[in-house]
Amino acid sequence: MIHSLPNYIDMKVGLFIPCYIDQFYPQVGIATLQLLEKLGCEVSFPLNQTCCGQPMANSGFASSSKGCDKNFVGNFRGFDYIVGPSGSCVLHIKDHLKDDDRPGEAEHIRKNIYELTEFLTDVLKIEKLDASFPHKVGLHTSCHGQRGLHLSSMSERNLPEFSKPEKLLGMVKGLELSHPARTDECCGFGGTFCVFEEAVSVKMGKDRIAEHAANGVEYITGYDESCLMHLEGILKRMNSNIKAIHIAEILNSNA
Amino acid sequence: MKTMKHAEAAAQFISDEPRTDWHNETLWFVRQKRDKASHGLPEWEQLREWASQIKHHSLSHLDQYLVEFEKNAKANGVTVHWAANGEEHNRIVYDIIQKNNVQRIVKSKSMLTEECGMNEFLHSKGIDIVDTDLGERIVQFRNEPPSHIVLPAIHLKKKDVSDTFHEHLHTEKGNNDPQYLTEAARIHLREKFIASELAITGVNFAIAETGGFVVCTNEGNADMGTHCAKIHIACMGFEKIIPKAEHLSVFLRLLARSATGQPITTYSSHFQKPREGQQMHIVIVDNGRSKQLGRADFRNSLKCIRCAACFNTCPVYRRSGGHSYHTAVAGPIGSILSPNLDMRANADLPFASTLCGSCSNVCPVKIDIHDQLWKWRQVLVAEGYVDTTKKVGLKGMAFLLAHPSLYRFAGKAGRTVMRLFPWLVNNKLNPWYKQREMPAPPKESFREWYLKNKQS
Amino acid sequence: MSAREDILKAVAANKPEAVDLPVIDQTQVISYANLTEQFKTVLQSIGGSAVEINDLSDLKNELEEKKAAGEFVVNRITELGELNDAATKMSPEELAAVEITYLKAELGVAENGSVWLYESQMGNRLLPFICQHLAILINKESIVATMHHAYEKIDSGREGFGVFLAGPSKTADIEQSLVIGAHGARSLRVFING
Repeated sequence: MIHSLPNYIDMKVGLFIPCYIDQFYPQVGIATLQLLEKLGCEVSFPLNQTCCGQPMANSGFASSSKGCDKNFVGNFRGFDYIVGPSGSCVLHIKDHLKDDDRPGEAEHIRKNIYELTEFLTDVLKIEKLDASFPHKVGLHTSCHGQRGLHLSSMSERNLPEFSKPEKLLGMVKGLELSHPARTDECCGFGGTFCVFEEAVSVKMGKDRIAEHAANGVEYITGYDESCLMHLEGILKRMNSNIKAIHIAEILNSNA
Repeated sequence: MKTMKHAEAAAQFISDEPRTDWHNETLWFVRQKRDKASHGLPEWEQLREWASQIKHHSLSHLDQYLVEFEKNAKANGVTVHWAANGEEHNRIVYDIIQKNNVQRIVKSKSMLTEECGMNEFLHSKGIDIVDTDLGERIVQFRNEPPSHIVLPAIHLKKKDVSDTFHEHLHTEKGNNDPQYLTEAARIHLREKFIASELAITGVNFAIAETGGFVVCTNEGNADMGTHCAKIHIACMGFEKIIPKAEHLSVFLRLLARSATGQPITTYSSHFQKPREGQQMHIVIVDNGRSKQLGRADFRNSLKCIRCAACFNTCPVYRRSGGHSYHTAVAGPIGSILSPNLDMRANADLPFASTLCGSCSNVCPVKIDIHDQLWKWRQVLVAEGYVDTTKKVGLKGMAFLLAHPSLYRFAGKAGRTVMRLFPWLVNNKLNPWYKQREMPAPPKESFREWYLKNKQS
Repeated sequence: MSAREDILKAVAANKPEAVDLPVIDQTQVISYANLTEQFKTVLQSIGGSAVEINDLSDLKNELEEKKAAGEFVVNRITELGELNDAATKMSPEELAAVEITYLKAELGVAENGSVWLYESQMGNRLLPFICQHLAILINKESIVATMHHAYEKIDSGREGFGVFLAGPSKTADIEQSLVIGAHGARSLRVFING
């Protein structure tokens, strides 16, 4: 059954698929698109999009990512909302997108770009989902989505607890969710950190995986494919049975 | 000797994985204690806000408060000295030592004197200082710098300390009991305190209104030293100034809870006047601070109260150890302070972070540490302190990603990714591939799928 | 003198635009139903001990017994009897032999188990630190909830020296193992009178 929500039908959503998802994880883009359509959104994918510019900016080359910014604004102007399945890329746009030729349009994008679980929770205000995923799943809380976009409460802060992705996973039939011992420690991906600080990066990833493995999970999920790509790389090298899966794929699943 | 860059030193640290795990767990335990203490106060977030605002106010009136502090301290019978940089600071301390012709000098923990390289300077003049904080004494015996600003010997295990004490204090070989080892240090250092002629301390807070200053310790070493010696020199970075004594309430509530999870340090000593017959000196040091004050993006770093909560929470620090930061102040806060002192030498440090943001969240004075790390990266690139290979790769990538057709062509070319994601190359020299598999290339990109399935 | 001028000039030139001090609103601060209980609980958790007393007779007896047994004890509490004034003039070497010091503190702080001591209450700045053991007397009604309340009551600039003292001297510098009795007093007992 499809939960069409008629009041959202006129909502024009621009689908932002980060470059590495486009190139390596098309199934995440497909799941995101299908999920949003199921929920009644009018979604289109601007064909000339590339990258948000984050890899350059986080490496100190923000000044070189002006071309990326312009291309982004060109692709995503005119939408009511821009939605992407990556907390990190969305945060980058929110914080840093600039276009001197079209400052108003850049501002509109900054204010109306959402990470997927944030969009489902805060804009569509989803209370139920027709999804089923009968597996033991561990949630990896990616930092930029959590501490930057406030997708969930943070262990360091003395503020009320909540979690947007967890609330959504709670609507999935058969899913058994577990938390790693350190609920929100970084996995060590960190953009180009993953290669320039290879030893620390991998050690951090291994430690995250060990905590999920101790919970006996079959899958590690999250809302940031970049972190999952890093964890997956380590899991595969370890010949682990644990698989990495993006939250969009779970929320869109119908087993 | 060439200093190893952070990544290289970190890799060396991690090569002993069980020890890395132990270091990580130990510091995580401290972080958990901090969480428990902070969650015990419903007003925690408000306290942080107040602390941040008091510091902001103090920085915005700093010249007035420094003058007020000096005036009041002088009226209290304290001699006030000013040092533009580390050398001047060291010279002032040396002159006081010379003038009074003293030999026996004890020092409690002062990160400022580490920053100025005071011990080394005085050593070169034939003057030896006894560090009296237990952790600092341990690393001093070993000829190592502290690896943490609150827990200076946190990189060492009991056995290491036992071996060191066996060598220097003739404790039983193989007796690793912390109680026994601490007792040995107590006996050794009490002798030093009692005999000391001059005591050097840091300053946690200096109060403009009273001209007094506060020094916090758990061991009591600052008090043992200063109340025994006939001369006390307190060294402070000028950002330690706060307006009034009542503001201490906010900072003393935050400091120990953030540092170790204690509700307050054992001793929060308020020094106001020298005792009868004692000389008291304060050295007010700039050493790059006024420059940092002028950098709008980075001046917040001067709010730091040196609690080290950002060290303990940092997933990178916990797995790379303090020495990998090759500076007096390590960890995330060190990585935003040190480039101000020397951009070339410390250009690697702002990159020794995943920008996860946990540091900013634990900071009791709400320094936007991870944002400043990001901003330092921009400055360092703009000023030309980043490797050429990194530059070429990232500039190439930026060009590619600014041009959709080139991007698609690079992707299409068998998705070899070489040009698109230079770090994802499948060969043994590639740091990604060393311990991680590559993502399996799909048969089509999302865009290709979309064109086929949605645009028809 | 030039360093001073240079620093002040640079600070004046580089400081941010003036901002006001925040108002510390004490109604937002934690309160405790029972200040004495809170004080005792925290003090015990940081390695000290707290004893509630109704009069000073036990403490007086203890002091007399120790003196009679020839222990080097120093009393600075008028209510307990004769003050040991000689100790205030002693050298560090002599004071190192003090077994117990008895001091009267100005107030206790419930949130952190600390007490405030003025220099005049110590007699000698070194005494509370160098003695092997420390016994401190406070009045029950002097216990305040938090440090905000404490700073309202004390004047930290009034005397030459003062200290918030919380528990015995301690360290965890060896593998984070807590050891009581680093350089200062090996134990602290706080007697809460009232």
